[in-house]
Amino acid sequence: MDDGEGKAAAGAPGIATGRLTPEAYARNFGEAHPPLTHQQALNESDRCLFCYAAPCVQACPTAIDIPSFIRKIATGNVKGSAHDILRQNPMGAVCARVCPTEVLCEGACVRNHQEHRPVAIGALQRYATDWVFDRNVQLFSRGPASGKRIAVVGGGPAGLSCAHRLATLGHAVTVFEARDKLGGLNEYGVAAYKVAGGIAQREVDYLLAVGGIEVALGKRLGRDLTLAALRRDFDAVFLGIGLGAVNDLGIDTPALSGVYDAIDYIGTLRQTQNLSTLPVGSRVVVIGGGMTAIDIATQSKRLGSEDVTIVYRRGAEQMGASRKEQDWAQTNGVRIKHWARPVRLLGRDGALAAVEFETTCIDAQGALAGTGERFSVEADMLFKAIGQVLVQDAVAGAVSLLDTRAGRIAVNAQRRTSLPDVWAGGDCVAGGEDLTVVAVEDGKRAALSINQHLRAAPATG
Amino acid sequence: MADLTSSFLGIRSPNPFWLASAPPTDKANNVNRAFEAGWGGVVWKTLGEDPPIVNVNGPRYGALLGTARNLIGFNNIELITDRLLDVNLREIRQVKRDWPDRALVVSLMVPCEERAWKAILPMVEDTGADGIELNFGCPHGMSERGMGSAVGQVPEYVEMVARWCKENTRLPVIVKLTPNVTNILAPARAARRGGADAVSLINTVSSIMSVDLEAMAPSPSIDGRGAHGGYCGPAVKPIALRMVGEIARDRECAGMPISGIGGIATWRDAAEFMALGASNVQVCTAAMVYGFKVVEDMIDGLANWMDSKGYRSVADFVGKAVSNFVDWEHLNLNYTVKARIDQALCIQCGRCYIACEDTSHQAITREQDGRRHFEVIDAECVGCNLCVNVCPVDNCITLVPLPVGSRDPRTGQPVGSYADWTTHPNNPAATVPAATK
Repeated sequence: MDDGEGKAAAGAPGIATGRLTPEAYARNFGEAHPPLTHQQALNESDRCLFCYAAPCVQACPTAIDIPSFIRKIATGNVKGSAHDILRQNPMGAVCARVCPTEVLCEGACVRNHQEHRPVAIGALQRYATDWVFDRNVQLFSRGPASGKRIAVVGGGPAGLSCAHRLATLGHAVTVFEARDKLGGLNEYGVAAYKVAGGIAQREVDYLLAVGGIEVALGKRLGRDLTLAALRRDFDAVFLGIGLGAVNDLGIDTPALSGVYDAIDYIGTLRQTQNLSTLPVGSRVVVIGGGMTAIDIATQSKRLGSEDVTIVYRRGAEQMGASRKEQDWAQTNGVRIKHWARPVRLLGRDGALAAVEFETTCIDAQGALAGTGERFSVEADMLFKAIGQVLVQDAVAGAVSLLDTRAGRIAVNAQRRTSLPDVWAGGDCVAGGEDLTVVAVEDGKRAALSINQHLRAAPATG
Repeated sequence: MADLTSSFLGIRSPNPFWLASAPPTDKANNVNRAFEAGWGGVVWKTLGEDPPIVNVNGPRYGALLGTARNLIGFNNIELITDRLLDVNLREIRQVKRDWPDRALVVSLMVPCEERAWKAILPMVEDTGADGIELNFGCPHGMSERGMGSAVGQVPEYVEMVARWCKENTRLPVIVKLTPNVTNILAPARAARRGGADAVSLINTVSSIMSVDLEAMAPSPSIDGRGAHGGYCGPAVKPIALRMVGEIARDRECAGMPISGIGGIATWRDAAEFMALGASNVQVCTAAMVYGFKVVEDMIDGLANWMDSKGYRSVADFVGKAVSNFVDWEHLNLNYTVKARIDQALCIQCGRCYIACEDTSHQAITREQDGRRHFEVIDAECVGCNLCVNVCPVDNCITLVPLPVGSRDPRTGQPVGSYADWTTHPNNPAATVPAATK
């Protein structure tokens, strides 16, 4: 990371733009982890033991046959390798970069028991998928037209995965997306340095190239679309609408400038061409413990913030972000403070000046409790990264029809909702893990279920 | 501290590690560097008649590489020396003068005519070299001209040329054997009949390294075409060991010294060859891959191993494994082992399971109480060693012998004492009929 020493604005107090040199921005938001070279990929593939009923496959939400794809890299059959990956996970290129592999496939790798170092499965997956993207090798084709039309609402990982699989099965798909780009959180929600080089859009382009997928941008459910109309006009509907609203801090928040939703800010950052125009605080506090908290904290530091502190109400073990993610943030100079929760925002002249916290503990009943001990952290910028909730408006008119659970849409194992012609997946459904790779699996399962359902039904029209 | 000095046919060297006749020993510059690095001796790359042969100007070497580019096998299509005879002889004389304590043997290959051998032998003798090695092994280029392995493959020629040499020089004569024969004993015995003092083996194995699927030609290709070459390196070691062992235990060859060659890259490889009857060893590929410095570990490693075993000189262990190299019919058929998986070392890869399940005896479990768990089923295990070989963890799976008298859960029969095929009731040619019941 480049802290931009020597740049006048680097240490500017308050919220400021242009803290770094152009070169520093380029370095800080370019690729955090370079791709494997050909020989590195071969060397690493040689470490895979081709396990029987491999634990890594069992740990992958999309069940990619990992030993098979790695062996195919080793033998020079990279096209076959990429097919192994993408047929199970059409968004395997971005997942190779954003998956918390340390708790999924790599966490399960038996090499951990032997060498305390797993096979670099994520990096190898990237190697194989980059190979097909770089050569523009299309591995999939649209199946014979079924005459069925499916509406996919939401152009994020769940929706795109669903649309792609439906298209390969011969159905006509229309993807409705509220924003002006497809990709969902891959495009708007994860740290820039994880998906440098425009990989999110390259992946979208690759998926759409299969054919049979129409895209309607700027169409938001509840504003431009209704579920009733979609159900009327299409043979099936898939909802992959994500979570639109950010959780509330649960404390009085006076109208102070400098208080942001982390996910919105990351979206803005990802769409900003010239990062020197993006204002960032000198002292930044992030509240939350998930990957979004890590991503916003690290990116703030990389934008030139002096002090960045993540405050989480529980301990390191309970954080949604893995240990590796926490280490990454700390390596980037982010301080992580555990066992504290915000109680008050302190302002000066209408702007945020500090955040007051109370330390927490687990009480005798096993519940989280405040200790009464307080401290404050100076801050001119506060990011809320405490999770998101389903925007109820999105399913307006249908909310009474769709069963929900824990504030999210309830689905069965086939990702079918309580409505017979509506499926759902991704972050908007109950029981998920808020991971890209899980959303992809949801979309895939829903597509297979929709296909089965439509093939069984007599043709309409 | 172990004494590594070696005397092979009376040729003394400070250690038993010689460089084989090959590209590394083609000229004084290389040989001087080898001696500086510590090699005990060299066999100077094969001399021939003038005018010298020519080599290709395209690639001479090919390699079989593992995925991580680790070298498994190596091959070459280089011929004998392509320098003038006189240049080589002058350099040999000088090197021997400069390095009197090192072994310097000269490899020779001239046409299969007594005249030719009679002509070259005095010139070599005159250099002060310690001995000659007859190159009857080179399988490429020279063999098509009636030399190299073309001689080595015809025992009568081996005997004849060996005799010519013994009659025309006082130098010790080593015959280098080609492995490209069906029975290595035929040329080895012929060498002895011809009066050769020793044999060295193996020379390279005829090979095509790979096929270039773009060019549709053997590779490495020379302008779109490839010829067969000579294969060497770690991959040929098992072939070489077996041939060395065959000669070492052969009654007709008894007492004839052997110089072991073939994929020797470490002190352990060398110790194995020597245990199986080689008095010293010759190395090429390992030096070509790593440079001459590899000899340091060979010297050090062999000495440390000898110290740990209490061997004071190399003679203390040369040939110690020969009597245990037997034909299959003399293996104890009642010796019964079962594989044991050390659960504390097991990393749960399951390779033992799938190897046994798919290709062997279905003798390993895959789960226990619903959990991934690999354990040997004694009632099915035939002790084949496949699981041991495929396990990525050293010593995780071992073979444990059943005591004589205990019951083998697979057969339900008690484990008997020694009995081999020669007495087995199923053997129609049993030398001792099985006891009638």
